[in-house]
Amino acid sequence: MRARLSLLALALVALAALYLLFGLSGRIWFILELRSVKLASLLVVGAGTGIATVLFQTISANRILTPGILGFDSLFMFLQTLLVMVLGGFGYATLGQMPKFLSETALMTAAAVALFGLLLGRGPRDLARMLLVGVVIGALFRSASALMVRLMDPSEFAMVQGAMFASFGAVNRTALAITAVLSALAALAAMRLAPQFDVMTLGRKRAVGLGLAYDRLVLMALALTAVLTAAATALVGPIAFLGLIAVTMAHAAVPAARHAVLIPAAAITGASILIAGQFLFERLLGLQSSLAAVIEFGGGLIFLVLVLKGKVR
Amino acid sequence: MIGISGVSHALGGAEVLRDITLTLPSGGITALIGPNGAGKSTLLNLIARILPLQKGRITVDDLDVTRSPSRDVARRLAILPQSTGIPARMTLRDLVGYGRWPHHQGRPTTDDHAAVERALAAMDLTDLAERFLDELSGGQQQRAHLAMAHAQETAWLLLDEPLNNLDPRHARALMERLHILSREGGQSVVIVLHEINHASAWADRIVALKQGAVLAAGPTAEVLDRALLSDLYEMELDLHRTDGHLFVQHYRRPR
Repeated sequence: MRARLSLLALALVALAALYLLFGLSGRIWFILELRSVKLASLLVVGAGTGIATVLFQTISANRILTPGILGFDSLFMFLQTLLVMVLGGFGYATLGQMPKFLSETALMTAAAVALFGLLLGRGPRDLARMLLVGVVIGALFRSASALMVRLMDPSEFAMVQGAMFASFGAVNRTALAITAVLSALAALAAMRLAPQFDVMTLGRKRAVGLGLAYDRLVLMALALTAVLTAAATALVGPIAFLGLIAVTMAHAAVPAARHAVLIPAAAITGASILIAGQFLFERLLGLQSSLAAVIEFGGGLIFLVLVLKGKVR
Repeated sequence: MIGISGVSHALGGAEVLRDITLTLPSGGITALIGPNGAGKSTLLNLIARILPLQKGRITVDDLDVTRSPSRDVARRLAILPQSTGIPARMTLRDLVGYGRWPHHQGRPTTDDHAAVERALAAMDLTDLAERFLDELSGGQQQRAHLAMAHAQETAWLLLDEPLNNLDPRHARALMERLHILSREGGQSVVIVLHEINHASAWADRIVALKQGAVLAAGPTAEVLDRALLSDLYEMELDLHRTDGHLFVQHYRRPR
């Protein structure tokens, strides 16, 4: 298991090196600096999304759920649209990046804990209810955003559109640093709780029988998921599907692993997928698409292969 | 000794248990019997603090199950819940290893590994230890879960309808193992049973629940009474004594 994890880590390092050094010419240091900032944000967002999805799947006892499926992205879009609507295009554009980032992170964390806490409140048993509520809430936020967009003037609408796709192009360095620290703390907490998450996979009754503080752990995992997802989304925008692919690949790479291995594995696959996707998007497609499209196309293919090979259970 | 006093419980407005006061003495096998919906599982889950206690008080030896730290309770009492599917891909040894969680909280020592091996050996599972749970038969899975509860090395072992889905051979084997655990291992066993004849064959004491109340509690021979059982299950049945063994004939209406 450790050997497989090291292999994964090695692959990540190789990808990172490729991303940094590919076609390097001209003002080398300037380019390297630009690329390292992007690389750092790819690492932070990818790893955070991977870990968040592992935790979310553990508490919901389901391998195909992600925080994104339950309307996280539409919540983000709703907040963006609301900001543009309330502040106006000019206000939105001149909004300090730091206060915007911080308030978005805080707001989304609070909203997510409230929402998912409500959904998981009666335990993850009622999966159908949870999915339905998530889908309905997603649709609600999307419709609300659509309504606001209709009331806007075109230039403001263009701003909303700009926020709609994940972008690593113009990442604020201070925001990146804060996200990195937040995510690292959350990852550390997740690793500390890893043995407890293992017990959780036995199901609520057995876990409680073994003396696990189940409900408290669900709440902690939710908070960690929310912080990780909110910070990543506020930093670069929504990347649907990434977490699902990252965790599915992590499961395939380290089968039947405990959380102490699974969490770092998902962090590594998440970061690797993002870096590979961004590399394809920047260098081979010449920025003629969106990162999300690249990831969803490539990742979707991998996911299909894994499903067809029966590796996803 | 498990002390239950003034316990009532309601689920979705319906009263499942009504003011139950009961003492389960240590040692031997105590069977909880009664018709569907009598509150047997609810009572067992309340004792094991899997359901939150709404009213009343439950103590296991000197521990108040709702007030004591959950970990302390887990070192005093193990529960085998009604089987709700098996966890994700996991080997049998890993599963049994979780039984040691209350003792090591994630950092197993050599003592814990030894306890796992003892539990595997006690349940005849040593040869299967590296197999994945989904590669085992229903009887083997049930044994694996029992081994996990056994590895917990608690004074009390609670089982919620463990004979579901077991054929006669595996059902009897499981009851024999519980008998050995209670005799040689000194564990006190509380078990929810549907088939009265298993209770008749193996239980030292029987508690009969009906509509959330205790209808009868006492030594097996006392509770296995024709009138009492007919009232309990609301059907006519016969009691036969063959070779000193009491057999409850409930498969056909008595002639």
